[in-house]
Amino acid sequence: MSSLHGVDRSGLATVRHGLSLTPEFRRGLAGTLALAVLATVGKVVVPIAVQQTIDRGLKGSVPDLPYIRAAVLLCAAAVILTALSSYLMNVRLYRATEASLATLRVRGFRHVHDLSVLTQNSERRGALVSRVTGDVDQISTFMQSGGLFIIIAMGQLLVATVLMFVYSWQLALTVWACFLPLMVVMPRFQRWLSGAYTQVRERAGDMLAAVSESVVGAAVIRAHGSEARTAERLDVAIDANKAAQARAQRIVSTVFPLTEIVAAVALAAVVLLGVRLGVAGEITPGRLVAFLFLITLFVSPLQIATEVLNEAQNAIAGWRRVLGVLDTPPDVADPGHEGVELPRGPISVSFEEVGFSYPGGAPVLSEVTVHIPPRSRIAVVGETGSGKTTFAKLLTRLMDPITGRVTVDGADLREVRFSSLRERIVMVPQDGFLFDGTLEENIRFGRPSASEAEILLALTELGLTDWLDGLPAGLATGVGQRGESLSAGERQLVALVRAYLADPDLLLLDEATSAVDPATEVRLARALEGVTRGRTAISIAHRLSTAEAADEVLVFDRGRIVQRGPHADLVGEPGVYADLHASWVSAARS
Amino acid sequence: MASKVTSAVMRQGLRVLGVAVRAEKAVFAVAVLSSALYGVMTVASAWALGWATENLVLPSFAAGEVATGTSVTAALLILGVALLKALGVAGRRYYAGVMQYRMQASSRRAVTRQYLRLPLAWHHRHPTGQLLSNASADAEAAWAPLAPLPMAVGVVVMLVTAAVAMMLADPVLALVGFLIFPAIAVLNFVYQRRLSPLATRAQQLRAEVSEIAHESFDGALVVKTLGREDEETTRFRVRAEELRDANIAVGRVRGLFDPMLEALPTLGVLAVLLVGAGRLESGAISPGVLVQVAYLFTLLAFPIRALGWVLAELPRAVVGYERVRAVLEATGSMEYGAAALPGPAPARLEVRGLDYAYGDSPVLHGVDLEIEAGRTVALVGPTGSGKSTLTQTFVRLVDPAAGAVLVDGVDLREVARGGVSEAVTLVPQQTFLFDDTVRGNITLGLAAGDDEVWAALRLAQADGFVSALPGGLDTKVGERGTTLSGGQRQRLALARALVRRPRLLILDDATSSVDPQVEARILGGLREASQASTVVVVAYRMATIALADEVVYLEHGKVVDRGPHEKLLVGCEGYRNLVTAYEREEAEREALGAEEEEEVSA
Repeated sequence: MSSLHGVDRSGLATVRHGLSLTPEFRRGLAGTLALAVLATVGKVVVPIAVQQTIDRGLKGSVPDLPYIRAAVLLCAAAVILTALSSYLMNVRLYRATEASLATLRVRGFRHVHDLSVLTQNSERRGALVSRVTGDVDQISTFMQSGGLFIIIAMGQLLVATVLMFVYSWQLALTVWACFLPLMVVMPRFQRWLSGAYTQVRERAGDMLAAVSESVVGAAVIRAHGSEARTAERLDVAIDANKAAQARAQRIVSTVFPLTEIVAAVALAAVVLLGVRLGVAGEITPGRLVAFLFLITLFVSPLQIATEVLNEAQNAIAGWRRVLGVLDTPPDVADPGHEGVELPRGPISVSFEEVGFSYPGGAPVLSEVTVHIPPRSRIAVVGETGSGKTTFAKLLTRLMDPITGRVTVDGADLREVRFSSLRERIVMVPQDGFLFDGTLEENIRFGRPSASEAEILLALTELGLTDWLDGLPAGLATGVGQRGESLSAGERQLVALVRAYLADPDLLLLDEATSAVDPATEVRLARALEGVTRGRTAISIAHRLSTAEAADEVLVFDRGRIVQRGPHADLVGEPGVYADLHASWVSAARS
Repeated sequence: MASKVTSAVMRQGLRVLGVAVRAEKAVFAVAVLSSALYGVMTVASAWALGWATENLVLPSFAAGEVATGTSVTAALLILGVALLKALGVAGRRYYAGVMQYRMQASSRRAVTRQYLRLPLAWHHRHPTGQLLSNASADAEAAWAPLAPLPMAVGVVVMLVTAAVAMMLADPVLALVGFLIFPAIAVLNFVYQRRLSPLATRAQQLRAEVSEIAHESFDGALVVKTLGREDEETTRFRVRAEELRDANIAVGRVRGLFDPMLEALPTLGVLAVLLVGAGRLESGAISPGVLVQVAYLFTLLAFPIRALGWVLAELPRAVVGYERVRAVLEATGSMEYGAAALPGPAPARLEVRGLDYAYGDSPVLHGVDLEIEAGRTVALVGPTGSGKSTLTQTFVRLVDPAAGAVLVDGVDLREVARGGVSEAVTLVPQQTFLFDDTVRGNITLGLAAGDDEVWAALRLAQADGFVSALPGGLDTKVGERGTTLSGGQRQRLALARALVRRPRLLILDDATSSVDPQVEARILGGLREASQASTVVVVAYRMATIALADEVVYLEHGKVVDRGPHEKLLVGCEGYRNLVTAYEREEAEREALGAEEEEEVSA
């Protein structure tokens, strides 16, 4: 379930709130709208010119050519003026919308990073990405074409109607009587269409998921010979997508031409009624013919109306999703400038009566109280699900405790500035994510200012030069997407060097070398022992020697610390640690 | 990047369209006929209004009375023409859509079939993102011009009909049309030429912005733990602002040409009025003709732009089509023989002089290996020594560059399609779960009953947590399903292999996230299980190695030594260093501790 739904708002309120976040859009909006009004005026030039030519120019047996010439030239000037205002309006609109949407995109992106790990993980990554890409694009499509079109279409209908009433109120009412039913049923068509498009989007999502499985799971599919099943799943998804597209197209294809028929009814009615009005002397022939031209101005706004309404709905939905991110308060917030800045140096940590549970779940940590003095070496052990990783996440403030508090050098973790916190405490997770780039770039991620020499030094200090020498291009070796060109163990090595280069005062390793071979792991552990001297080091351990080497072992069981003390003390007393120890011994020696 | 509408792109683009037309002849024919109907009826509607003006409006005004018969004819004419036109529009829109969707779907089927057919080595050479977009965005782009294509053909019909109608009405007014419409067409062409490189660039940047967001959000934990939010935001902002500028550049061209294209036909109507007034004066035409031609101009102004839409889509379509074609024409697909790997008995594995390289970097050299039926062999070696690659050759996920892998004496390349996976199963290091139920993830299409599934789950020590899941076997797992721990995922992957009752089972560090106690139970269970199989296990843990009859030690892509654990411990230094690393460390630590104690006591 996504927790990024933000505040419930009506469509209009959503748009208003969205615009308030992007001042670039509102700046100069009045000028743009004024230009839009000017631009619609050009639409009625042709009907007026036709009317004037027929009524004034052709009065009498000989056309009044000088008059026609003057009228036509005046109209041509109006057309050119219209085009010019359109151009200026377009440029202003593009500039304003793109600038404001770029701002919105960047704000959304930053906000995603500011959200807590818990919130980030409540949403599929692809869906998070679309909140700063596709959703924003949807808004821009609407603002630049659909939204603009609505303004112009309204203006067009308005100007045409005013002119119609000037020429003949009877015919104007006739035209409206023909088009009004269509306008009334339009929202219903739009609802159908929007339902159909929702289906298309969902089927497209399913299809992409199926394709993605067949690509990402390529090895598994081959290893288990399930090609036929995969092909079938793909075909079903692809065909469902096609069927949904065709269904939506059927609705569009039915609704769109309706306008043509309604327009023809209006035309026929105007001709029949107009002739009778003409005979009664209530309308000139030029005005009647001008009406025929004015009706065409009704056609295009109504033809595209359903699709534009749909676009509007998508844009509002897009806006809601983007605002959903921005409205979600970062539940693990940076206190910012008001926060405490911790001076560098050996670090101590205290957990005071700390409890934690995931939303709607049972407690995963309860009443954890522990003090970790500066420069100490701590091993955290326990079975899967005993709360070790939660402990680590609370210590690095990836999450905040529900009860109790975590302090660093006496300061509540919630009051420490992130910039200071992240500099002093660094965690190396089990799955070291790498960015698509070179080895050097990935290591430098730990400290962007590091020179190549410093990176090489870090590798040397951790005893990894042999491994580096074995890589085809050394530091320039590409790691591939998500680091997939390296083996799982190698990725862990890079993640470790990266964290080490960041030079924290407290290094927290969450089974950070679980996929590395024993000889390398032992070498690393030794190197780390040397280089972390003077720092605080906490390891979530999966093997014996880490626990043995620690000053103190914290034994977790079902969310509580059940035993603590040096290995030598714990191993003797019966309990969780003794059991764990026995199983490690059997695994290591047998 | 093909971006400009050059003549080469035009030619290629037309060829792409040709492919679609040939593939969907009937649908295309219906769409084009509908569109032609629409084109002719558009011209006819102008003619109908001209006719009504000439024969009804003006005579009635002149005579002061309405001719009823003519009224009815005019009304029917207007309505009839509109009805046919609407029919044409509906048919054109629907069938153009159908044609496009069918072509997209068939490309997608073909591309994904090819993904399943091509060897894993090919997959390794292509980034995941690219393969996804080949099947989605590229397949869509390739056939995007099909939507406006029938309309464009209809417009051509419309223009020809209009030209004839204008010639018949008045050759002089027609001349105005012959000046204005080619001008619109040329302007449109210039427009698309200017626009399309800019649009391509914006499209490219949009993809890049999306890639950055994807990667950055994927690595959100690393960004957070190292406090790199500012740098990441800057990285994103730079590209987002480039995209903004690219979109504004597109907007500027659109903003310039759209009003021009709209103004041109209006100016044309004004020119018709100007010229027409002169023609009226000389008595060459009647007012009805003037109305007809002027009306025609207003009707033609918009559809004529459809020609530009097709043109605008062509460069993208060519790129999309080429990308799709590259997948479809990719060679190196695995060849299969006709041999089978029969029998329920454990299989015998033999590797002869095997070489393998990823691109230019060799991974395995001259690997020779024999594993007797029913044996359990541990494959041991340092990080990056080629163990995983070697196990991939055992199930023919990749073919060796040189040498051969034989199961029961049969070269895997000789085995019929699907034959290898029936006999040999690999559980890889990293677990992949499909967006499906637990049952679906285990059977993967195999006809296995729930009893068999539960038996496999029991053997994999997964029955406990699976029965505790809210929906049991029907619980959805995968990205959108219940979250499972790494160890639980690994156990499901193991059950997935075991349910197939393989004759050769390969575990590539497949229990690394499982607690040692649980792992011991799994491996113990495997030995005792009634389903006999040969087992190759990649492992570091001593307990795992201890369960093996024999160890094969790999270093830098070569088999350095093999034999029972005890023998290697004595005879192979590399192996000894690797597997006893923990023990030695512990011993040293104990010695050190003893010294310290002595020091303390002294």
